[in-house]
Amino acid sequence: MPQWDLANSDVILVMGSNMAENHPIAFRFVMQAKERGATVIHADPRFTRTSALCDIYAPVRAGSDIAFLGGIIRYILEKDLWFKEYALHYTNIATIIDERYQGPDELDGLFSGWDEEGKRYTYESWQYEGMTVPSSLAEHYIDTTESFNDETKRLSEGPPPQDMTLQHPNCVYQIMRRHYAGYTPEMVEKVTGCPAETFLKICEALTKNSGPDRTGAICYAVGWTHHSTGVQMIRAAAIIQALLGNVGRPGGGILALRGHTSIQGSTDIPTLYDMLPGYLPQPHAFKPHETFKDFLEMEQTPTGWWANFPKYAVSLLRAWYGDAATPENDWGFDWLPKIIGDHSQLPMTVAMRDGVIRGLFLMGQNPVVGSSNSHMVQRGLANLEWLVVRDFAETESATFWYQGHQVRNGEVRPEDIKTEVFLMPASLAGEKAGTFTNTHRLIQWHDRVVDGPGDSRSELWFVHHLAKRLKALYAESDRPQDEPLKNLTWDYSEDDVMGEPSADDVLKEINGYTWPERKQVGDYQDLKDDGSTACGCWIYSGVYPAEAHNQSRSRCPDGPDGPGTHLGWAFAWPSNRRTLVNRASADPDGKPWSERKKLMWWNAEKGHWDGHDKPDFPRTKSPDFKPDWDSQPQGMDAIGGADPYIMIADGKASLFVPSGLKDGPLPTHYEPVEAPIRNPMYKVQGNPTAKRWEHWDNPLHDPGSPDYPYALTTYRLTEHHSGGTPTRSVPTTAELQPEGFAEISYELAEELGIKNLDWVVLTTARGEIETRALLTHRLRPFHYDGRIIHQIGLPWHFGWKGYATGDIANVLTALIGDPNTSMHENKALTCNLRRGRLGKGH
Amino acid sequence: MGVHPRAQDYPESFLPGVIPDESELTVGTKIEPGKRYGFFTDTTLCIGCKACEVACKEWNSLPADNMGLSGMSYDNTVKLSADTWRHVMFVEKVDGATGMQPFQSNWLMMSDVCKHCKNAPCLEACPTGALFRTEFDTVVVQQDICNGCGYCVPSCPFGVVELSMADGKAHKCTLCYDRLKGGLEPACAKSCPTDSILFGEVDDLVERAGKRVEELHERGVTDAYLYGAPNTPGATGGLEQLNAFFLLTDRPEVYNLPPAPTRPANRLAPGLLAGMAAMAGLTLAAAAIFSAPGEKRR
Repeated sequence: MPQWDLANSDVILVMGSNMAENHPIAFRFVMQAKERGATVIHADPRFTRTSALCDIYAPVRAGSDIAFLGGIIRYILEKDLWFKEYALHYTNIATIIDERYQGPDELDGLFSGWDEEGKRYTYESWQYEGMTVPSSLAEHYIDTTESFNDETKRLSEGPPPQDMTLQHPNCVYQIMRRHYAGYTPEMVEKVTGCPAETFLKICEALTKNSGPDRTGAICYAVGWTHHSTGVQMIRAAAIIQALLGNVGRPGGGILALRGHTSIQGSTDIPTLYDMLPGYLPQPHAFKPHETFKDFLEMEQTPTGWWANFPKYAVSLLRAWYGDAATPENDWGFDWLPKIIGDHSQLPMTVAMRDGVIRGLFLMGQNPVVGSSNSHMVQRGLANLEWLVVRDFAETESATFWYQGHQVRNGEVRPEDIKTEVFLMPASLAGEKAGTFTNTHRLIQWHDRVVDGPGDSRSELWFVHHLAKRLKALYAESDRPQDEPLKNLTWDYSEDDVMGEPSADDVLKEINGYTWPERKQVGDYQDLKDDGSTACGCWIYSGVYPAEAHNQSRSRCPDGPDGPGTHLGWAFAWPSNRRTLVNRASADPDGKPWSERKKLMWWNAEKGHWDGHDKPDFPRTKSPDFKPDWDSQPQGMDAIGGADPYIMIADGKASLFVPSGLKDGPLPTHYEPVEAPIRNPMYKVQGNPTAKRWEHWDNPLHDPGSPDYPYALTTYRLTEHHSGGTPTRSVPTTAELQPEGFAEISYELAEELGIKNLDWVVLTTARGEIETRALLTHRLRPFHYDGRIIHQIGLPWHFGWKGYATGDIANVLTALIGDPNTSMHENKALTCNLRRGRLGKGH
Repeated sequence: MGVHPRAQDYPESFLPGVIPDESELTVGTKIEPGKRYGFFTDTTLCIGCKACEVACKEWNSLPADNMGLSGMSYDNTVKLSADTWRHVMFVEKVDGATGMQPFQSNWLMMSDVCKHCKNAPCLEACPTGALFRTEFDTVVVQQDICNGCGYCVPSCPFGVVELSMADGKAHKCTLCYDRLKGGLEPACAKSCPTDSILFGEVDDLVERAGKRVEELHERGVTDAYLYGAPNTPGATGGLEQLNAFFLLTDRPEVYNLPPAPTRPANRLAPGLLAGMAAMAGLTLAAAAIFSAPGEKRR
């Protein structure tokens, strides 16, 4: 949903996010909603600047979010307050699941299919009865087997088995009722620490403000993703919104607040190791991806929009390899690198330390401050052959070799570190042209307004000239392994004497053009799988639809009386659609659910979808369209006219996810890997599939360990940006939060004899840091089972460089990962605390 | 405020130059000499992001002046000064809080600024004319005229003006005099994401603020009141009205504002009379003292 659409919400739940502090501009629209009478709720371990502006504040213990959200799901189901017309037709609530399925309610915390030895699940028993459902494309995982593909083809043989009366014991509705039966308000209070009364007030606010005439939104950020159960927290929110009919409608949805100006762009055209641009899967060496044909067959979803996957894959290869890509050589498929496992940041840190990775580019990233287990990161950097740091100031990551912890504590001497460090000055946003893609997929162009100082260059300049030099170096090579580099198209024009490549050319290629004429394509629906089109990222198609038309430059807002979708303002992928799944803003017959929440509707006279937005649905597909199952329909032919979720194989929102998730089809409360208590809900303590890299320098704390009795949560402040380089080195922002600190409740401070601004030492098995104590009532202890559980809050921006300095919080954190994303768990850890300072050389 | 129709006149990300009368697009106010401009700072909308502080320092090229952890909640700026013309203060009231009310609750945040008083004591105290009233009815110091006497400093009842350690002259908020001349709203107001700081014509702002207070009362925020609007706390002691005024929900002292500020000039007449009376008394006494021996001598 667009951020500005939050102003249309009747209730907004902010959870897993400190929105006012970290997304102040987006919070503008929350305030507008408030002005119009919306109820705003904040659930968080700390009372923050966001909490101060809310109508209801719910204190929840860090890492207990699924217990809280599961409680809301139970409330909705048991009180029968779900939006039936919506959920019955638009979600898989009526779908019947395999009879072998068993849930954590029966298996004390595990799902059926658990493989104790491999610490993983097999997914057969999670499938729809009699049919195997693939997840949307990029969520395929190596655990899928060859036969999986043959099974998914059965999706074309008929609709998934459903019981619209919801009486079947294995329909999703009945499974969910059993699954969440234990998530009572009393249990929510026990597990999360949030008073049952407050919790029930929130349930009432959410359900009262959802339905045909009203909508609600949920905003989250890294407060959910940074957990070993992060994906399932977001899933729980998705279930609530699907049950309440809050997806695809004005003021309804889930807003994933992004932490940087273009972090959405960096997943669309990814810096992620396992995806190609546009959420296409990266070929995998251990999957049946030997040939392009195998790759397509394996990864293509037979039904739904993703059936178009081959068009996007061929067009991408054409864009990258130009004329060298031919049908005979599989469009150059063999030149794509194949992954062999998890190459994300946490295992990469281990791989650096172990000498597997020998060189590293850091572009606008400062992992010594920003990555988990900073000591291990520094050991990793010290074990490289070369390191290139591109930033606008000298960062901690560029100075580890003479100022780092291991140098200071005598573990290593600078002259013994072999890493050759290159510090390259980088331009800032205003010093280069290009686009940002923001939280709601809006691609906005910005011009270069001033040249960067000295030798600073843009990322584009750096990568462009690096590529040109590499291509020149390998031009004469006849070794097969050099083919990918030799065949890479690289013909961007250069704008000025400095050789700055044209960002315009790059965006044109991303949009796509015909081959070989290079005529811009207007939309991704123009892309072909026969090599006649080239496209750098299919979902961005339409951003540059004609030679002289860069839609991302457009700045035409709707006037005061306009519909407020602002279709003339920049470009939102795909096809300039502002709200995804907006078919769901109309009822199954195609009529708006209500006048107040009108967005799209079926115009029977003209035979197409009309409305304030671009339809996220085939424009002329009538609401009464039914797939002709006798013809074994493929792709969109298998999606009915009342199935809005076109990217899902059955066109319905997945309340229950049959495949694509490694830790279960339904969100379940597990304690964080490092938790102060035992799991009050199941015998299984933590997420059984969580990734743990237990090495000598990454030891993990046992649950309830008396050595580390306090809960620790790390976070950001408004005044600083992530690793701190852009703000700690600028005086006007540095002075606002000039020094590291830990937030400690008065109760804990009294127990330990700590006064405001005293020096304190925080300890985990990974390391210890010293910082100043900031006493506050905004952090409160939780009571559990007659025990007091204290929480400590620690901002993680600080390091030894710049004007605002402090010890590195990530010295304390660990390599622990969500099984689906490998995202770390720095929002919920345990630690110890004492008054005092560390000695020299810490 | 919705989108201004004139916004559609600029359909591209590239602008040929400054948009004429830009403030009309951003805040709905056209800036014209001879009218009275100011700020309405509504604390119930403030999220404490400090964008105003940063925008102010960036636009006015002010240096950082305080690089230390204060231990006072998230307020490390501490006060307005020669180099800090916007200051966001934080007051934690979580302890003992009984509930939440609509808009800002239990953690007060307020962006303080020069009040640009209708009867400005600093201006009245300035012997050189360095402090003057502009064509926008704001109060500005001209550092090229200021002789650094410092009379303005104690005369300000709000502690706004300060002599700079760098040049020894008085410095304070100019309500972005240069921006107003260029048709731009002040930097702090423009950067405020939640419109807690509103820039506009003072009479309009007073009217809007009055409605806002009524609306807040209706929604249960019965503590809301204006500080510095005519006939409210802050507009006391002969100051009459503050061109930069505030909506508060707790006593002024909680926000470090004087509950009943006064204009030192008010004390001028009684002071002068008292002084004259004293002089007269002394003269009489002297006359008595010096005349008596003469009489004796005589």
